[in-house]
Amino acid sequence: MSELARLRWKCRRGMLELDLLLRAFINGGYAQLDAAQRARFDQLLDYPDALLLEWLMGRIRPTDKDVVQLVDKIRAAAAP
Amino acid sequence: MEKRSFDTLIIGAGGGGLRAALQLSQAEARVAVVSKVFPTRSHTVAAQGGVNAALANVLPDNWHWHMFDTVKGSDYLGDQDAIEYMCRAAPRAVYELEHFGVPFSRLETGKIYQRAFGGQSRDFGGEQAVRTCAAADRTGHAILHSLYQQNIHARTHFFDEYFAMELVQNQDGYFLGAVAMNIADGEPILIEAKTTILATGGVGQLFRTNTNALVNTGDGMAMALRAGIPLQDMEFFQFHPTGIAGKGMLITEGARGEGGYLLNGDGERFMERYAPNAKDLASRDVVSRAIATEVREGRGVGPNRDHVLLKLDHLGADIVKKRLPGIRDMVMTFLHTDPADTPIPVYPTAHYTMGGIPTDRHGQVVVPVQQGAEEPVPGLYAVGECACVSVHGANRLGGNSLLDILVFGRAAANHVIEQLKEQRYHQPIPGDAADVALERLARWNRQGKGESIAALRAQLTKAMEDHCGVFRNEDVLQEGQQAVLALRERLQDAYIDDHSQVFNTARIEAMELENLVDTALATVSSALARRESRGAHSRIDYPERDDQQWLKHSLFSLEDLKMDYKPVRMKPLTVDSFPPKKRTY
Repeated sequence: MSELARLRWKCRRGMLELDLLLRAFINGGYAQLDAAQRARFDQLLDYPDALLLEWLMGRIRPTDKDVVQLVDKIRAAAAP
Repeated sequence: MEKRSFDTLIIGAGGGGLRAALQLSQAEARVAVVSKVFPTRSHTVAAQGGVNAALANVLPDNWHWHMFDTVKGSDYLGDQDAIEYMCRAAPRAVYELEHFGVPFSRLETGKIYQRAFGGQSRDFGGEQAVRTCAAADRTGHAILHSLYQQNIHARTHFFDEYFAMELVQNQDGYFLGAVAMNIADGEPILIEAKTTILATGGVGQLFRTNTNALVNTGDGMAMALRAGIPLQDMEFFQFHPTGIAGKGMLITEGARGEGGYLLNGDGERFMERYAPNAKDLASRDVVSRAIATEVREGRGVGPNRDHVLLKLDHLGADIVKKRLPGIRDMVMTFLHTDPADTPIPVYPTAHYTMGGIPTDRHGQVVVPVQQGAEEPVPGLYAVGECACVSVHGANRLGGNSLLDILVFGRAAANHVIEQLKEQRYHQPIPGDAADVALERLARWNRQGKGESIAALRAQLTKAMEDHCGVFRNEDVLQEGQQAVLALRERLQDAYIDDHSQVFNTARIEAMELENLVDTALATVSSALARRESRGAHSRIDYPERDDQQWLKHSLFSLEDLKMDYKPVRMKPLTVDSFPPKKRTY
């Protein structure tokens, strides 16, 4: 529970776009991740905002296959 | 309670806070920076445009022309001494950034690249100037990361993920630091300081549709208000006409520049009625007000008829993909539709807070004293969007906000350095200094059943959007003020379910809502009182600027919700004053 709380705060970013995408994901798709994927999500949040934005807006594909998978899940969780 | 002591406490780790921190750390002062999120996640990262400075790398330029544009852009509400200071200091601020490692884009000559931006002219209102220095479209990001690295190198102490709750002052009104809470474990800490600098940014989260990060809840402004400091010119809030409805992200004017146009719920191209010539390319305030009017009069789109549509599909997929790729990515990400096929739902979106904590050009917080002139508040400074120097007056020019944080972050630090030379010891902290903050913390730990924070916040931001947004008149603003006061009462009866100590975001959000409610009250009350239209504050019932009555700054105090006023500083430092003229572009 406290781990989820920590990550929830880590999803507070400097850009509205990231706030909305990450908040939707931590309240939704995150619950379905396995332990390894959750650790990867934690690592993803260490990347700087400008790079995260490029990835999550679909402008640049990450080179790491696992990161690509996670980015796709976050994008899918963005509710219209 | 844990207590730590520093020479200077800086609250907020955006560009303003970090620029001040660096100057102080390099001068061997012991500096602490408190930030509720990790510093490089501050909202400065979102600034794409650039920094204005009359470097004349592309076309002839001059700080005095920059000053003229800033005074005119402010609709003559900007203080001309502060504006002169900022425009003269701009080239140096840019060269310093270059020295700190900001990778500015370059011209072929190797000089710093500069781009043209709206509102900038040569020769006092003549041809377009080219004045904005940029690091691609990531200027804010580059500045924030460079300043953070420099601060680490200079050994600035960071309290990351600490939430500042209340300022601490003694009986004589001297500010002595703040009480903050460690978000990771819920423990309060008293941070004692000889001087405190507020650098907490703007308060875009006041409005339902806004472009700001969620962190922008006006924490520093609200702390100052509660400590008895008035807020200045809060009625001036910059809106962009087209944000994605219900989300807030900006769709740039470029979309209409390429031939996009707006449609109401009847499928009518309504801008033809409001601006027969310029139509969808009319000035921002005209387009914003037209959209709000269509929605108010029941001609909106969607199940709640609460937005209009921006149509781009007639341009053809090629044009949309080639000329507006950023907008297309954003719409596809958030709406799962392609603007090349489907119109975008849009509504005016709140962007920048021109008002804030009143300061002089040294960043010292100033308040009126009895009937006399204003005086500095001992020990307290404010810089950046949370402050009102005022260089933006009634309307900010693009490229001047990054400049503001750099110039006044540095200026405030230099003033503090001089102060510290005369003050070797900390003043005693009163025994009850932390009581207000601790009571606030205890209040949110109480058990009970009441209204939810999320619901109250949604109602507050909707009330502000409907009653203090781009459509303003006496009745609408009156209702808005009553709505905010009612919500402020209801917040007394709110409870949160989560009383855990570790990363309790519910409690932080409750305290952020308290900050939003107080700054909302300042904003709507100042807007209600100002019976004229000037810059971003536009009243349907008082459509003209009225320099006779209203060429003055507003000051709102929380005590008795009192409005006060003070003169605009029309006298620059060395040059002649720019007298008010009708503003045309």
